[in-house]
Amino acid sequence: MANNLGLKVKPVTEIPEAEVNRVAAWINTEEYKEKNFARQALVINPAHACQPLGAELAAHGFEGSLPFVHGSQGCASYYRSTLNRHFREPAPAVSDAMTEDGAVFGGQNNLHEGLENSYKLYKPKMISVFTSCMPEIIGDDLTAFIKNARIKGFVPNDLPIPYANTPSFNGSHIHGYDAMLLAILQTLTQGKKVEGRCTGKLNLLPGFDANTGNIREYKRILEAFGIPYTVLADISDVFDSPNDGTYRPYPGGTKLEDAADSVNGKVTLALGTYSTAKTYGWLKDNYSGKHASIPMPFGIAKTDAFLLKLSELTGKPIPASLKEERGHAVDLLTDAHQYIHGKKFAVYGDPDYLLGLVSFLLEVGAKPTHVLCSKGTKKLEKELQALLDSSPFGKEGKVYVNKDLWHLRSLVMTEPVDAIIGDTHGKFAARDAKVPLFRFGFPIFDRVNLHREPLIGYQGVMNMMSTICNKFIDVVDETCDDRQFEMMR
Amino acid sequence: MSTEIKTVEGITKESTQAMINEVLELYPEKGKKKRAAHLAPNDQASGSACVKSNKKTVPGVMSARGCAYAGAKGVVWGPIRDMVHVSHGPVGCGWYSWGTRRNLMSGITGVNSFPMQFTSDFQEKDVVYGGDKKLATLLQEAKDLFPLAKGISVLSECPVGLIGDDINQVAKVASKELDIPVIPCNCEGFRGVSQSLGHHISNDTIRDYIIETREFPEPVGPYDIALIGEYNIGGDAWSTKPLLEECGFNVKAVWTGDGEMDRIAATHQVKLNVIHCYRSMNYMCKVMEEKYGIPWIELNFFGPTKIRESLRKLAELFDDSIKEKVEAVIAKYDPQMQAIIEEYKPRLDGKKVMLYVGGLRPRHTINAYEDLGMTCVGSGYEFAHTDDYDRTASEMPDATVVYDDASEIEMEHFAHILKPDLIGSGIKEKYLFQKMAIPFRQMHSWDYSGPYHGYKGFPIFARDIDMAVNSPTWKLVEAPF
Repeated sequence: MANNLGLKVKPVTEIPEAEVNRVAAWINTEEYKEKNFARQALVINPAHACQPLGAELAAHGFEGSLPFVHGSQGCASYYRSTLNRHFREPAPAVSDAMTEDGAVFGGQNNLHEGLENSYKLYKPKMISVFTSCMPEIIGDDLTAFIKNARIKGFVPNDLPIPYANTPSFNGSHIHGYDAMLLAILQTLTQGKKVEGRCTGKLNLLPGFDANTGNIREYKRILEAFGIPYTVLADISDVFDSPNDGTYRPYPGGTKLEDAADSVNGKVTLALGTYSTAKTYGWLKDNYSGKHASIPMPFGIAKTDAFLLKLSELTGKPIPASLKEERGHAVDLLTDAHQYIHGKKFAVYGDPDYLLGLVSFLLEVGAKPTHVLCSKGTKKLEKELQALLDSSPFGKEGKVYVNKDLWHLRSLVMTEPVDAIIGDTHGKFAARDAKVPLFRFGFPIFDRVNLHREPLIGYQGVMNMMSTICNKFIDVVDETCDDRQFEMMR
Repeated sequence: MSTEIKTVEGITKESTQAMINEVLELYPEKGKKKRAAHLAPNDQASGSACVKSNKKTVPGVMSARGCAYAGAKGVVWGPIRDMVHVSHGPVGCGWYSWGTRRNLMSGITGVNSFPMQFTSDFQEKDVVYGGDKKLATLLQEAKDLFPLAKGISVLSECPVGLIGDDINQVAKVASKELDIPVIPCNCEGFRGVSQSLGHHISNDTIRDYIIETREFPEPVGPYDIALIGEYNIGGDAWSTKPLLEECGFNVKAVWTGDGEMDRIAATHQVKLNVIHCYRSMNYMCKVMEEKYGIPWIELNFFGPTKIRESLRKLAELFDDSIKEKVEAVIAKYDPQMQAIIEEYKPRLDGKKVMLYVGGLRPRHTINAYEDLGMTCVGSGYEFAHTDDYDRTASEMPDATVVYDDASEIEMEHFAHILKPDLIGSGIKEKYLFQKMAIPFRQMHSWDYSGPYHGYKGFPIFARDIDMAVNSPTWKLVEAPF
């Protein structure tokens, strides 16, 4: 008898243990790695998500901003639960729940009803609309739909409704972040540029960074300088709100009027050249004042560069307190370098994070051996390679762009490392390779509080260094024999 | 089914209706009209649904629902451990559903067990030119890299259906070439109104492509059963399967928690199907009943009262030897369960709980809370159908509120009025209620704990509920200044 697939009926069989063992050993071999790297179509354990997730993160970063998914209900649930799990915080967002009839007739009715309901129910100051796959494929015209919604009175005329096209079959979460941020800034700053006006403020774009500690750290540094600032997409209070018995749907976020006035800023500084590329390109042409886009300040050198850039752009001297902090960080590095020197690392993640983390590893004498980005460009590959080439510690390092965490597994099994740096999804490869995973990235589902621990700046250097070194010391303590279990390490 | 009418002090049909009316006032006219049908006070005696369900989500409200793909990948297909499950389409859907439902698996990852994320990572060119070719290549690559995989499921995401790719044809060809079952599952997220259709579509594909393609080598025995709708969340199946085996049954297949393709495919040879998650798999039980004459029974393994009731119901269908074993099992575990109740009930007695979960637990767990002395004051589902609500009426106390596809603002409002001591719901609700200083447990995923099923699960359930409700941390919320 044959079934629908034309396959014969077979007995239920168990795979012999020897065969399981054979394959278990085989997947760790060079031969398997070669096969694995020959993959053309199958992606296994990618380290990137889709555009709308990033769009939602950007949308959350503004005061009273309700993220609104134009598309299937399920998409909205996925983005929300991912952010919930990472931050352990609420992530209020809505969708207009498009279904089959939306696919046939377009999503205008859904969008209109959705806008009407969400405006009345959740009283947002801004509704930030972005798309998931379905409306992108059927070609919904958001410009027209939103205009019609205003004409029909579903939302007031003065309610800002920025919208971004964020197809999931293109780019990754960092591109969605960029697209939504750009749309929000374009909407809010429209007609707000005043010739001759200067807010005196610095606009800081942190980019896709799901570490609320990093955002707070940027602010602390700017305050130490005495530089007035506006963080564009400030998620720090949104995803780190106090528990005092009251639920607030919109805790914190960049004030809309500050965002609107950002166009008259004195200085605009984008951190992370990859996750704010489009936004930066636009605001360079449209914003007043000076502009710069520099890498995220991971490690001493890049933090130095960040502070020098701040000083250069604002004319303010680097405060003594930060110079002292640098001294503390360097003191730790000289104290602790012995625990990390020469240690090999596999690092994966978003482009801006990778550039920063690799830079940090090189300057403390560690060896970034496998550097992997599951969604990246040739430009990134070159930039990472140049970074590795700039240091003798990068000599053995190799860059892998558009490779996934199953490739990474092959790499760490055939060319072992001492540790892996990345998000929670790397824990399986780390376990197989029997090395620690340092969770510097997004998402982190399996540890508490890490999103509050800054990784940027001198404070970040100290956090990363102590986390890494103390874990290595833990490993020695946990695995050494009794004779070598010493008081001092 | 309980016959006595349960009441809660202070809750009447009028008070509940008034509470519902208040929240409906927040909506615009059209939204109000749509939502009104989904909110009602329970009528316990009626034994029938008091709300409408399985309707489209109202646009623009904060719904907790997922999609058909989520039902297919996350619930039904995903937990089968020895198959490669391909999320066919853009990268996101597979990435978001990766490991998050906590359906634990045995085996060696990447060798004979595949709790990984496989995707075709659709790009713009795939949307323009179609992804069928890529899929064919991908299937070959999966077979080459994972030779011990017993099969491959292809779970399509939105774009695949919208551009009209023929994954069924690709799967058919690949099945022959690779000599393993390749199951196409057209579960695009835009289909239907919730996860529920994804369950149904998946069941249909199991019916069409899997079942009856394998046979057990040993002869069929009188106590051969299958455990259906058990997904091994936090190890649930590792509690229920041994329990049924202790009662004398041979559990030949588990659908689909820690499931094995071959065994699922040979389920047509069992004597009885025992179904836990009725919502996701009642279709398959009905199919097996019609096609192979296999009867099925719906059981509930939450809390000692329901476990006892369920095991006895099950034993009634078999001979005296099973009945004796079941009584022995009950006698063995009852004192242990009583000890758990004695430990926790003093701290939980009289506490109120509000539930809002997927398609089963809002009625299945009510009694487990009652075992601990707690009362359920509100219950509802994300994606249930009328038959689920019919089954809920008798379990829920009279006049308590029932909500279907509740929006966050409704849940918030009910919680303000009812002042529950615990809310059992999902990750999207968890942190907002905790900000309101209401203890919370994630009842989709057991909040990273478990198992909660069976005798092994109840002590963990009781401990977790006590931990949530009575954690000293809640006393710290209010500052002394």
